[in-house]
Amino acid sequence: MARAPRRSLRTTANVVGIAAFLVAAFPVYWMVNSSFLDRNEIRSPTPTWVPFGGSLDNYRTVFEGDQFLDALKMSLIVTILTVAVALLFAFIAAVAVTRFRFRGRMSFVITLLVIQMIPVEGLFISQYKMLEAVDLLNTVLGLTLVYVALVLPFTVWTLRGFVAGVPYELEEAAMMDGCSRTQAFFRVTFPLLAPGLVATGVFGFIQAWNEFTLALVVMTKAESRTLPLWLTTFSDVNRGTDWGGVMAGSTLIAIPVVVFFLLVQGRMVAGLTAGGVKG
Amino acid sequence: MSDVAPRVRRTPLPYVLLVPATIALAVALGYPLIRQVVLSFQEFGLAQQFGKPPEWVGLRNYRELVTDKYLWVVTLRSLVFCFVNAAATMAVGVGLALLMRHMSKPVRILLQTGLLLAWAMPVVASLTVWQWLFDTQYGVINHLLTQVGLDYQGHSWLLEPLSFFFVATVIVVWMSVPFVAFTVYAALTQVPEEMLEAAEIDGAGPAQRLRHVLLPTIRPVLLVVGLLQVIWDLRVFSQIYILQKAGGSTRDTNLLGTYIYRLGIGGGQFGMAAAVAIFMLFITVILTAPYVRSMLKQERES
Repeated sequence: MARAPRRSLRTTANVVGIAAFLVAAFPVYWMVNSSFLDRNEIRSPTPTWVPFGGSLDNYRTVFEGDQFLDALKMSLIVTILTVAVALLFAFIAAVAVTRFRFRGRMSFVITLLVIQMIPVEGLFISQYKMLEAVDLLNTVLGLTLVYVALVLPFTVWTLRGFVAGVPYELEEAAMMDGCSRTQAFFRVTFPLLAPGLVATGVFGFIQAWNEFTLALVVMTKAESRTLPLWLTTFSDVNRGTDWGGVMAGSTLIAIPVVVFFLLVQGRMVAGLTAGGVKG
Repeated sequence: MSDVAPRVRRTPLPYVLLVPATIALAVALGYPLIRQVVLSFQEFGLAQQFGKPPEWVGLRNYRELVTDKYLWVVTLRSLVFCFVNAAATMAVGVGLALLMRHMSKPVRILLQTGLLLAWAMPVVASLTVWQWLFDTQYGVINHLLTQVGLDYQGHSWLLEPLSFFFVATVIVVWMSVPFVAFTVYAALTQVPEEMLEAAEIDGAGPAQRLRHVLLPTIRPVLLVVGLLQVIWDLRVFSQIYILQKAGGSTRDTNLLGTYIYRLGIGGGQFGMAAAVAIFMLFITVILTAPYVRSMLKQERES
């Protein structure tokens, strides 16, 4: 039946697919490409499409001076602290809401959902005032505090799914064999949760690593910049932006995220729909 | 889930387990929320910032805002931007998802790889790349447009507010389409093949199958994804802020988020900024309510 229209549909779909691929991937390609071009190639009326004979000069510029390394250090410390704290708090909270029935359980879950929907712009003014009052602006502790609150709801929400995915019968069986409830949980359920914990942790890492708005609000001083803040100041040079350098910086910031994202995205897509996080 | 969960036991343990998360959220979000409500009823400007005690002014901040035409301009601009972006993202994302079903496998995998790359890019990195693409002097986009014979030599994309928002829209849509396309495509693969075959046997063409079988089946997913887009696009901050820094006129391009930032942290008018933020939270609640309700319904059903 209707062979011809079907074939033309396939052709159209393929053409659109390739065009869409180009639009989606080109900016990423262009970032990497430009990062290898020298100043003359960047500032030439005709673009250089492929970085043949490219140089690492732009990367060298990025690593010159301490600014990039300081920002990298700040980003790493805040991100790792955030993920560690959020994962721990979220994990025990997820166990509570999946393995126990208790009064207030549903209200807690609803509260998480609602909190996830609060835009950071809706609260950053008073978060700024609060951190200012206790002298935590421009500190690792201050930024970590607001970041934990940022990633915690999503983390609990996703981990809840992973914990619920391990059948309670397994624990019961272990308890019949003489384990206490706690032992049963840590010997049976916990090992099965490891992949879920890693995936959720990686996702929290990506969120904190990429975060811009709260960092802008909390880290007002140049010496306490995180990487995203560093990148925007880097492109703000008055004598004309050094695009090669900026692209090298962007590439360096993006690499860990892209790698991590590709590793966990399959596992997280379901959670994303349910959770609703995005910058 | 409910039939496998353990029976009710009277134990304080679950409450103890919730304590750390609750405290963290209460300190970092709960307290600021209360503080913000208080702040919005106070005169809190630069004088207060330097030690003068804040003064209670009742509803004055709100009254001032409501009568200020600029707030309404910004609000309207935010809502229009939000709906245009959400609609464009949905159209492109759903369109790609539908077409993915008809692509040959290598093309589909190619497209999915491209979308994943775009999805994975950090917001700030994407923004810098797009700025570079749209760069006035050496940007590829101006170059290509000039090549095809249009006069885009040295064209500045961020100067005119409308053009500024066009660039912002391109970036936001580029960043958001992958999520929509993947989620909708996943939902489409769940539509039973037999249903489509049955419709085909009954003589339904591709367009009819789309309208009467595919779309109705994935309607719940479309609703949730669409709603999420609206919520996310209402709170574009980094995109606008960074583009403004790159050369947009702040006053003509402010959306709610950047307006709050500039009032408060930029301008020291914390009382007013708090009032606008409360207003923004209010709009968010209205937009979010249906989403939360649908999530809870799923929750009860599972």
